[in-house]
Amino acid sequence: MELQHVRVKLFVDGELDVDLEKVMETFHGWVANQSLPELLIDVVDYRHVPHGPSVMLIGHEADYGLDNTDGRYGLIYNRKSALDGTNDDRLAQAIRSAAKVCTLLEVEFPSLKFSLREFEFTINDRAIAPNNAETKAACEPIITAFVQGRLGVASSNSNYDRDPRSTFGATISLESDLDWAALAAQ
Amino acid sequence: MKASNPLWKERLASQVPEHLAVEIDTFETEIELRSQDKIDEKVFAETRLRRGVYGQRYDNGQRSDGNESKTLAFADKVTKGPHTFWDAPGMQRIKIPFGGLNPEQLEVLADLAEEYSDGIAHVTTRQDIQLHFIHIEDTPALMRRLAAVNITTREACGNSVRNVTGCPYMGVCQDEAFDATPYARALTAFLLGHPDAQNFGRKFKPSFSGCSQHACGLAQMHDLGLTAVIREVDGVEQRGFKVVVGGGLGAVPRQAKVLDEFMAPEEMLPTAQAIARLFGRHGEKKIRSRARLKFLIEKWGMDKFKEEVLAERAKLPEDPRWTDLIADIEADEEQPRNPPGEMPQLNGNVQMNHWIRTNLRDQRQDGYVTATIALPLGDLTPNQLRSVADIAREFTNGTVRATVEQNLVLRWISKSDVPAVFQALDAAGLGEPGACSVSDIVACPGTDTCKLGISSSRGLAAELRNRLAIKGVQLDQAIQDLHIKISGCFNSCGQHHVADIGFYGVSRTMQGYKVPHFQVVLGGQWEENAGSYGLPVVAIPSKRVPEALDRITDFYLRSRESNERFPKFIKRIGKVRVRELLDDLTKDAPEHDADPTFYADWADPRQYSIGDIGKGECAGEVVTQYEFEMTAAERLVFEAQVQLDEDDAAAAGQTGYKAMIKAAKALVLIQYDDVTEDDPDEVVEEFKERYYDTEYFFDPFAGAKFADYLFAAHESPNDASTPDSARTRIEEAQLFIEAVHTCYNKIRTVGLKLNV
Ligand code: SF4
Repeated sequence: MELQHVRVKLFVDGELDVDLEKVMETFHGWVANQSLPELLIDVVDYRHVPHGPSVMLIGHEADYGLDNTDGRYGLIYNRKSALDGTNDDRLAQAIRSAAKVCTLLEVEFPSLKFSLREFEFTINDRAIAPNNAETKAACEPIITAFVQGRLGVASSNSNYDRDPRSTFGATISLESDLDWAALAAQ
Repeated sequence: MKASNPLWKERLASQVPEHLAVEIDTFETEIELRSQDKIDEKVFAETRLRRGVYGQRYDNGQRSDGNESKTLAFADKVTKGPHTFWDAPGMQRIKIPFGGLNPEQLEVLADLAEEYSDGIAHVTTRQDIQLHFIHIEDTPALMRRLAAVNITTREACGNSVRNVTGCPYMGVCQDEAFDATPYARALTAFLLGHPDAQNFGRKFKPSFSGCSQHACGLAQMHDLGLTAVIREVDGVEQRGFKVVVGGGLGAVPRQAKVLDEFMAPEEMLPTAQAIARLFGRHGEKKIRSRARLKFLIEKWGMDKFKEEVLAERAKLPEDPRWTDLIADIEADEEQPRNPPGEMPQLNGNVQMNHWIRTNLRDQRQDGYVTATIALPLGDLTPNQLRSVADIAREFTNGTVRATVEQNLVLRWISKSDVPAVFQALDAAGLGEPGACSVSDIVACPGTDTCKLGISSSRGLAAELRNRLAIKGVQLDQAIQDLHIKISGCFNSCGQHHVADIGFYGVSRTMQGYKVPHFQVVLGGQWEENAGSYGLPVVAIPSKRVPEALDRITDFYLRSRESNERFPKFIKRIGKVRVRELLDDLTKDAPEHDADPTFYADWADPRQYSIGDIGKGECAGEVVTQYEFEMTAAERLVFEAQVQLDEDDAAAAGQTGYKAMIKAAKALVLIQYDDVTEDDPDEVVEEFKERYYDTEYFFDPFAGAKFADYLFAAHESPNDASTPDSARTRIEEAQLFIEAVHTCYNKIRTVGLKLNV
């Protein structure tokens, strides 16, 4: 199974304590200076939508956002262009990209901290990964091996329980802290 | 681009109707051919527009960071159309005839918003759904998934028959003559891809209403509006339609005119076909700004238009679809899922009680209500779409409609299910009360995504929503009943003309910087089926619009006569008084460094600009003189409006013309300071030589349109003497003045060498 269009969410630790208008300002600055590896195109404001994407940074190859889906804020990285390499490479690329932006935001907004014990991944493509038992059976070992091997921690819990109509994915809780900063620096 | 794109064709082969499959295959081939540069870019642009694949802001690869215009480094490939990068994301418009949606369709829309877009589906003012930031290579797969649930994007944009809209209460409204839904469905099927509807110079918008008194379907402002009516002949009731034609908003708004007070249903489709043929054959093709049906009717006059329609109708070869498509129409009626019920005793849930008061409407069928889901700015998430699908399945027979006020309506809710429906909606973040009230503001995409946006209509709408929501139920009922609609520019996609209080985006220069503004539009009417259109009163800096709104509404509450409705109030006190009330808000901008936020738009912290305009180089006398002249020109337009309000159309037309001459003179003066408006011939000649012949005045999208307004008025200054023509003259004068501002800003920024 080839996993493409990986979307990861790194959750904010505790309540969000940051002015989202200022986050938008930062995103605009990143577009102006093309500060991330992707071609950055625009900033979108969805703060008015309850439990929605909140503020987003739209890119050509991927989107970023401080997303509030399900009422939990987190930094998302949503890979739109297909990538070469192995499944591990693609999962690592998404997590690394998200972690990098988390680190940048933590520096810019000292009150903002991201959890080191949990992340969510999604395969944002129903043709590649329909949300069913077959996909889970094929995918779960890939994810477990990735977390232990590439991320170097054990997962304490993997929750694949989602509305069957949702995209396939899981929330992964970790037994020890992940070093986002080291990951971002890779 | 999605790695899975090739997979969908095979997977959905058995579910996609044959005619849609062929259509999508054709489009996929055209994409491939264009990517190899084997189709001309202009032809491809119209091709994709006719599939709803639309451009989006920054797709020319330029984006201002507030200080300068920067290049977005899209890959160097073929273009999707003139000045449109292949890789630049675009908008996908999805036609939803009369806004009718079922749960399966809602779920597919949710999936598409999640996988191809930015996780938001947007309901438009014409009952379409739009997805943004879509890659062109993904569109065939996206279209196949829509086609599998019987949705097509064909003719969603471009010079074609657009979505057939309809009142979302058709079939359940207490005031309707009869359910026009099946007729709307028939017209959609008949005109989709019809060979007689492929050769238009511009778009053609049809709409249905169930009654003539409410604006839910807005039939009066469409190219073809059909309102259900019943007449009695020899004691027998007959169904039919009042047919109006040539309505529209945009730069030059028009109320539709009556083609037929009563048309039998069997005549509906052939008459629409006859109109389409005439529009295709005789409608303007070269000058886009004159290419809507309203201008053909204006050129011919209504009597000739009627004659031509009848003559064309008589010549049409018989088509069995005229009657087949409306056969068995009564069998088409929606059915409830749950039995009728009684409204339960209200408990102490304040929000639910408020929601029941504002969001529910009794149906004409006893024991049932409709429930409006108020969507902030028309937006909802994939999870919310799935929740609406679940609720529609559990409590109705899957009957949902999108509305022209950018909401969704659930139909056939048994009254006894109301608390459960509210709880389910509220759990999904969709239980907001105040549907269709003052806080339920309609806004077009504006500068968020639209290439033509001048000011942030959505940013302003979100700000006003927040402020009004805080005041909430404490607002006087007279204020709660108002409708606010906002467009990002004069094109009126936010329908500002038919709001009680409308706004449209313009830009002005203050303290040497560009400042986003909104024209305040008053005199429009949502009631009585959008019975009159408003006119701009004064342009207010964006950040002062909330204060302007407070002043207008406070003044209304203080000064209205008992139960006086807002449009009547505005008519009585006059726009001069409103302008006085707001006048100080137009002046005294803060120093830039003291308050830079004044120079940014709502929800966009960048220094405001249009394109790459920054602080200009010109200064001193010329600027002062220009501003002086332009202020006078704007005052003249306003005077013309007052004259029109006072029923002196001839004077209004003349004053509108003078305003244009004044504005043209302002621009000429930058170069040639001996010009005088005592000699309009000289002003026009100098303007033409310096700005028209050189094309400096040309708008990137509208070309010579605004200059043509001046030339036409100058050629026959006395022609605008009827209320309609004077009104057009005023609208055109206003647009000409905006174009002068734009041209002036261009001169200041780019420093064009103007001397001829
Ligand atoms: S009114 Fe203007 S800004 Fe708004 S969508 Fe239409 S063209 Fe764009």
